[in-house]
Amino acid sequence: MSKAPKSDYGKAASGQPPSGPTRGGPNVELVPVNLTVNGRARTITVESRTTLLDALRESLALTGTKKACDRGECGACTVHINGRRVLSCMTLAAMQEGKKITTIEGLEQNGMLHPLQLAFIEHDGFQCGFCTSGQIMSGVAMIEEAKAGWPSAATADPRRPFRLADLSRAEIQERMSGNLCRCACYPNIVDAVEKAVARS
Amino acid sequence: MHPFTLSRADDPAKAITAHALDPQLAFIAGGTDLIGLIKDRAALPERLLDINGLPHMAEIQALPGGGLRIGALARMSDVAADTEVRTHFPVIAEALLFAASGQLRNMASIGGNIMQRTRCAYFRDETDGRCNKRSPGSGCAARHGLNRNHAIFGWSQSCVATNPSDLAVALAAMDAIVIVRGQAGERRIPFADFHRLPGNTPERDNALDRGDLIVAIEVPANIEARASHYLKVRDRASYEFALVSAAAALAADGRSILSARLAMGGVAHKPWRLTAAERNLRGISLDDIDGLRSTIAASFVDARPLAHNAFKVELAQRVALRAMQTAGARI
Repeated sequence: MSKAPKSDYGKAASGQPPSGPTRGGPNVELVPVNLTVNGRARTITVESRTTLLDALRESLALTGTKKACDRGECGACTVHINGRRVLSCMTLAAMQEGKKITTIEGLEQNGMLHPLQLAFIEHDGFQCGFCTSGQIMSGVAMIEEAKAGWPSAATADPRRPFRLADLSRAEIQERMSGNLCRCACYPNIVDAVEKAVARS
Repeated sequence: MHPFTLSRADDPAKAITAHALDPQLAFIAGGTDLIGLIKDRAALPERLLDINGLPHMAEIQALPGGGLRIGALARMSDVAADTEVRTHFPVIAEALLFAASGQLRNMASIGGNIMQRTRCAYFRDETDGRCNKRSPGSGCAARHGLNRNHAIFGWSQSCVATNPSDLAVALAAMDAIVIVRGQAGERRIPFADFHRLPGNTPERDNALDRGDLIVAIEVPANIEARASHYLKVRDRASYEFALVSAAAALAADGRSILSARLAMGGVAHKPWRLTAAERNLRGISLDDIDGLRSTIAASFVDARPLAHNAFKVELAQRVALRAMQTAGARI
């Protein structure tokens, strides 16, 4: 088995199940959810059908995570769950009991931007900025995936071990393809990721 | 979004009973297809049962003798990164890596992947209304509509959709087994029997019934898997469903093919094995391009293209050939 970024997907949930739901009409059910968001324990009440994206923006006022397609097609809503990049529009907030969520607001440490945030500024990796938080959240986790030796569709032979030194521009393009940029800043985004990899 | 209640399963037997008794209940794992179906109103479950907490269903195990057992709750990215999978079944790793995006692969489960519903635009469009898969008896808008992305094999007047899973194509080529637990216990469904052709009941994608839970997929050892490859051709370079794809695997004596496995995606309602070609490839040299091409062509004599997808007949043969050649280079 290869070393992989930490995840507890598929394993038994460690937290207690939320206490009993409150009914608010046909199948409209309010449920409390305990989760850690950007290092802080939070309890929110959401509808069962509320996506993680809507919960972050509307219950927690973390509007850095953007709602664009809301169909898992654009990557603008990318956040980390237990360190892995996911699309927050395609998962339910009520399924995140006990999970650690990181959003763009949680990347800076002690007032210092994350190296990939700095690299986006240096390389002008955006124009309108709407996709940027998703691009950066995706890029940060993607670099960890590459460090863990994960191959991609750009890897010529998945049978061979993958090393960070193999992370070419073609590899970065492929691994970032889940994040669309309407302003087409792609070359600068790849530059920024490349720079962050070199500094890491 | 359509409202539903959500509860969590901690015991497979109870989950199976709940699913069998309640036709308005759906299991949810990764949710990457189901949430989209609910948003598009192509699925309107009243109750969701979160199965992510079911024990021992996310494991990837090497089996004695060289096979694999992949838990239904294993995530696509974990399976694609697994050394055992990459080394011994590169076609499976590649089929996973060419699908979706990094974010979706971190979320989507293996059981859900082979359950995903068609990307036919008429099926996904809640405003059209003519789709026998979405609403049995309402007709098929794609049959005489825009059908460039649709089937060239096995379609019916009721449905011309294709199956969107890349992984399923690789698993079909490997003769994988879907291990299903139902109310009557566990059963093993050969991959060729898992997905259905549309016939008159296109609303049914696969062989599962109420109360069935996919627990794992078993991939038996075979001599071809090590030299295998998945090739996917699409309108965009990445993050797109296949126009046509091929899973190829072969064993050879020098350059002479001993045995071959070939399955295609994007051409039918289920992964399409090129059984005639597989039989006849034996003994042909990997250097005999014309021989390979004409042998593959034998599996396309019964292709029935629609108004806008005749190009797939030629494209699929070229994709199959190139996949065979790349697999051959891995011997």
